[in-house]
Amino acid sequence: MTTLLAIDWALFTEKLILIAVIIFASLGIALYMTFAERKVAGILQDRPGPNRAGPFGIFQPFADGLKLIMKEEIIPNTSNKALFVLGPGLAMLAALMTCAVVPWGNKLEIAGRTIALQIADINVGVLYVFAVTSVGVYGIMIGGWASNNKFSLLAALRGASQAISYELAMGLSMIAVLMTTGTLQLGEIVKQQMAPGHLWNIAYQPLAFLIFLICAFAECNRTPFDLPEAESELNSGYHQEYSSMKLGFYLFSEYINMFISSAIMATLFFGGYDVPFLNESLLSPNVAALVGIIALMAKIVFFIFLFMWVRWTVPRFRYDQLMNLGWKKLVPLALANMLITGAVILWLQK
Amino acid sequence: MSATQIIFWFLSALALVSALMVLFSKNPVHSVLWLIAVFFAISGHYILLNAQFLAIVNLIVYAGAIMVLFLFVIMLMNLNKDMESQKNLWMKLAGTISGGCLLMILVSLVRQSPEIAGKIAEVKTGDIGLIGNLGKVLFNEYVVPFEISSVLFLSAMIGAIVIGKKD
Repeated sequence: MTTLLAIDWALFTEKLILIAVIIFASLGIALYMTFAERKVAGILQDRPGPNRAGPFGIFQPFADGLKLIMKEEIIPNTSNKALFVLGPGLAMLAALMTCAVVPWGNKLEIAGRTIALQIADINVGVLYVFAVTSVGVYGIMIGGWASNNKFSLLAALRGASQAISYELAMGLSMIAVLMTTGTLQLGEIVKQQMAPGHLWNIAYQPLAFLIFLICAFAECNRTPFDLPEAESELNSGYHQEYSSMKLGFYLFSEYINMFISSAIMATLFFGGYDVPFLNESLLSPNVAALVGIIALMAKIVFFIFLFMWVRWTVPRFRYDQLMNLGWKKLVPLALANMLITGAVILWLQK
Repeated sequence: MSATQIIFWFLSALALVSALMVLFSKNPVHSVLWLIAVFFAISGHYILLNAQFLAIVNLIVYAGAIMVLFLFVIMLMNLNKDMESQKNLWMKLAGTISGGCLLMILVSLVRQSPEIAGKIAEVKTGDIGLIGNLGKVLFNEYVVPFEISSVLFLSAMIGAIVIGKKD
């Protein structure tokens, strides 16, 4: 059987290791994002934040994780049991799947093999991100419905309609960017931005970035758009009936979503693993790759901080305000941006 | 068997089983979820044919948008298990016969069609499904039908808004 299967085993192992590394890195970063969130909240609210577990409280996320795992697992009697378990799993799966197309760095050279630090540079990378995001809604919807609780169901419907509404504006803002790049391959988009004489996409598409950023907040269910978990009106949102690590998965998937959307924003608009004012081709490939990874991570950390900064600064929107902003402001704005971009491209080609 | 063939058989089995489960599930929400599984399997087939754009758009439009709306409606209508009405035997028989007729017509059409006779699917090769080539074909050869269908969508959207207006 194995002789008949024509698989490049070296490539297979290489990709498998890469997938494992990226998934564990995402989980680890998400773990420490929960800690960073509480620290940032502490700083913004003029209090120390968690500082008991370990020096400066750095073991806090492990304590939290242990607490979630050790808690009693409660599955409500009237819930739809299979879907109740499926919900958080889907949320987590969709959150992790997006990292497959993000270019995390340039090529590494180990023992004569060139290893691209991207799991798959597919032809339709940007669309893949959208597809996975749109599938991510099911985690919320299924969980909320299977709980058999009116508040959960309402929150789930809110979450889904919010995600669908903002996906539209997000997609339209992306079209303008794709018109300037001319490709949907994320690896290619980064290479274009790295080319000498070419600025980062943010310089060409500032408006698209602004719309994308707002939509990313809405897609991640982050304040000011955290209506699916508005505790003052819905008790606690779509994960109200969840306990233990299932709740942990929902909370965790939000952080992973934040991490990945920061990575996507850095890739699309801020040059990905490009270091400004540095010609990477002069360095040796491995050093350049490592520097690139560090640069990408720095950009991601900045965006994550922005997510947290906004959360602890801006109050929550009302539901009708949310819909008005999405459909009546962002969608027309994105359409106008698309038209202007198209006109400018035509004019430049003349 | 090559890896492609194994994937093909796996996806086909997944698509058929999921499609049957759509019909046999008592709970409408389960049916919708199985239908989503069917879309995923079909997208997998598109990828095997190297039609990446079609595969992803199938997921975005069908699995990501239309099925979410289906799920919305079903969740809000709160259809429970006992709600399903039992059809009588004659209805079931009529359904089986008409469904069988449709299947027969489709199969005979596919078998006799001169356009696809003697051709096999191009697995893993061919680049017409890649987004650049598809875009060129759509906006050069088929630009008029493409634009007309977009007008159709626009009219559907306006129609929905007009119906949905309260006054």
